[in-house]
Amino acid sequence: MKVLVAVKRVIDYNVKIRVKADNTGVETANVKMSMNPFDEIAVEEALRMKEKGLATEVIAFSAGPVQCQETIRTALAMGADRGVLVQTDAELQPLAVAKLLKAVVDKEQPGLVIVGKQAIDDDSNQTGQMLAALLGWSQGTFANKLNIADGSAEVKREVDGGLENIKIKLPAVITTDLRLNEPRYASLPNIMKAKKKPIEVLAPDALGVDIAPRLKTLKVEEPPKRKAGIKVKTVAELFEKLRNEAGVI
Amino acid sequence: MAVLVVAAHDGKTVRANVANAVTAATQMDTDVHVLVAGSGADEAAKSAAALQGVAKVLHAEDAAYANWLAEDIAPLVVRLAPAYSHVVMAADSVGKNVAPRVAALLDVAQVSEAIQVVSPDTFVRPIYAGNAMATVQSADKIKIVTIRPTNFKAAATGGSAAVEKTDAAAAAGLSTFVGAELSKSERPELTSAKIVVSGGRGLASGENFKMLETLADKLGAGLGASRAAVDAGYVPNDYQVGQTGKVVAPDLYIAIGISGAIQHLAGMKDSKTIVAINKDEEAPIFQVADYGIVGDLFQIVPELTAAVEKK
Ligand SMILES: Cc1cc2nc3c(=O)[nH]c(=O)nc-3n(C[C@H](O)[C@H](O)[C@H](O)COP(=O)(O)OP(=O)(O)OC[C@H]3O[C@@H](n4cnc5c(N)ncnc54)[C@H](O)[C@@H]3O)c2cc1C
Ligand SMILES: Cc1cc2nc3c(=O)[nH]c(=O)nc-3n(C[C@H](O)[C@H](O)[C@H](O)COP(=O)(O)OP(=O)(O)OC[C@H]3O[C@@H](n4cnc5c(N)ncnc54)[C@H](O)[C@@H]3O)c2cc1C
Repeated sequence: MKVLVAVKRVIDYNVKIRVKADNTGVETANVKMSMNPFDEIAVEEALRMKEKGLATEVIAFSAGPVQCQETIRTALAMGADRGVLVQTDAELQPLAVAKLLKAVVDKEQPGLVIVGKQAIDDDSNQTGQMLAALLGWSQGTFANKLNIADGSAEVKREVDGGLENIKIKLPAVITTDLRLNEPRYASLPNIMKAKKKPIEVLAPDALGVDIAPRLKTLKVEEPPKRKAGIKVKTVAELFEKLRNEAGVI
Repeated sequence: MAVLVVAAHDGKTVRANVANAVTAATQMDTDVHVLVAGSGADEAAKSAAALQGVAKVLHAEDAAYANWLAEDIAPLVVRLAPAYSHVVMAADSVGKNVAPRVAALLDVAQVSEAIQVVSPDTFVRPIYAGNAMATVQSADKIKIVTIRPTNFKAAATGGSAAVEKTDAAAAAGLSTFVGAELSKSERPELTSAKIVVSGGRGLASGENFKMLETLADKLGAGLGASRAAVDAGYVPNDYQVGQTGKVVAPDLYIAIGISGAIQHLAGMKDSKTIVAINKDEEAPIFQVADYGIVGDLFQIVPELTAAVEKK
């Protein structure tokens, strides 16, 4: 079966985020962009399936501006076979991304879609679940372990109380959690090879998808700043402060 | 129009964060209903009815609802939703799993992890690991909102809403629950604990976490960890505090051997008082700590435990 993975281009997790002075968003000019870390985990999982003979082809999907090609190239350098970019400069919200993904799923007919549990920029944690809903498929969210066998997937999920095991019918949507695997780095030869791998570029219109945002962002502001406090020298002093100044123990 | 709060529960009582979700819901509309779907969940439905501010509890029974599979719960919520202006869930692992599925089936957007209700259609939510706060407005007819429990007071008990039965939706038959491997602990649950003791890579082993357990137990505290400590296998995944783990806001948060990466701060910087114990005086955790102590945790933690013991 084919496996489709979503790779989102986001501000690198090491970058210090700055809110724009006009409060319309965050500064993205001249900022390092990378693949969403959860999506690296998604790509890795798909590649391992291919290496085990469980997947025939790994397709990397991204939606957004033309620079998302770089993100797809990263996936191709890790080992994905080809890419699909739905190119648009418009703001994309999770429901729109899920609809774009669905259109590509309809076309490509993968047996499994793997996406990150959340993108570290907008922190929505929605896209995979929405895609599963639109397709009428099952969903294995926050996956800690994935096992594919006989037309179904056993998914160990990271939940509030610990771990939970479910068995879901294929085709399905999986969303990755941090402990699913450790993504590989692309080797130099593979980076070179990736340059020749095909990326298909599509337009939302051509897919017949309405991507108009449903939520309007009125403003984006700095969070309240927390002031650094004091350093204490001894445990006795710490204990005294906690007891008499903060009154918390 | 009324607001529907979808409650997660253990069969006996609704989760503590449902009380926070009810408070958030009352800020959207005064008429608040709670849906309790389960298998043998009479007691849980009663516990929801006891929350002040709740006007009515809808109780749906079906074997398929026993384990909160999104594929089975979502169609029920979707059937009920048209009678409501909002559907609200706590942003925990149940809400995060179910709410987006409901939203997509209704073809509406979801507002994730709202921390403030500005008006019935406008919400504040953190983005970029809490480094920016977005105010978003929804034009959808039904608004699906998950709320961050630590930002809303818990509704008091003592209410007595009517419990009304509602039919189950047809089971989807897409997924089955196999089993759970839950962390067993007598300690207070992390997200509602008044004090949280949290350990990081500085602990150097799972064995050393015992030291934190002792301190936590003396303080009646919940136990948390950084991602690095979880990844290294020192503690289970449900201990993780941060952007991609749990969000906590206790009266006291004690960060031990944690450097204070932005992703960790996202999960704890709303704590009332923060203490940092770290041997590196440059560690970023000190920038948010009310009280910092620079030194070796293996010396400081036992001393602190002894001081707490003596009090
Ligand atoms: C103030 C503000 C302004 C914004 N302006 C713009 C803008 O002008 N243009 C713009 O493109 N975005 C913009 N965004 C970002 C956009 O809103 C988010 O990308 C969108 O809401 C998706 O949320 P998420 O990525 O957090 O979804 P999540 O549900 O958290 O994402 C989960 C997973 O879905 C997949 N996924 C999500 N999006 C994509 C994608 N685009 N391609 C491939 N896979 C994906 C990934 O696998 C990801 O790990 C803006 C966001 C904010 C807050
Ligand atoms: C996509 C993504 C999501 C993430 N989500 C999260 C998340 O939700 N939560 C989270 O916590 N992290 C998260 N992280 C990881 C985060 O970036 C940091 O790597 C992590 O928080 C570091 O954990 P730490 O502070 O325990 O380890 P380190 O950064 O290694 O810090 C260890 C600290 O211990 C101190 N120390 C060592 N020995 C001693 C001693 N004997 N006495 C006193 N101090 C000592 C050191 O000085 C150091 O400051 C995420 C990262 C990514 C990329």
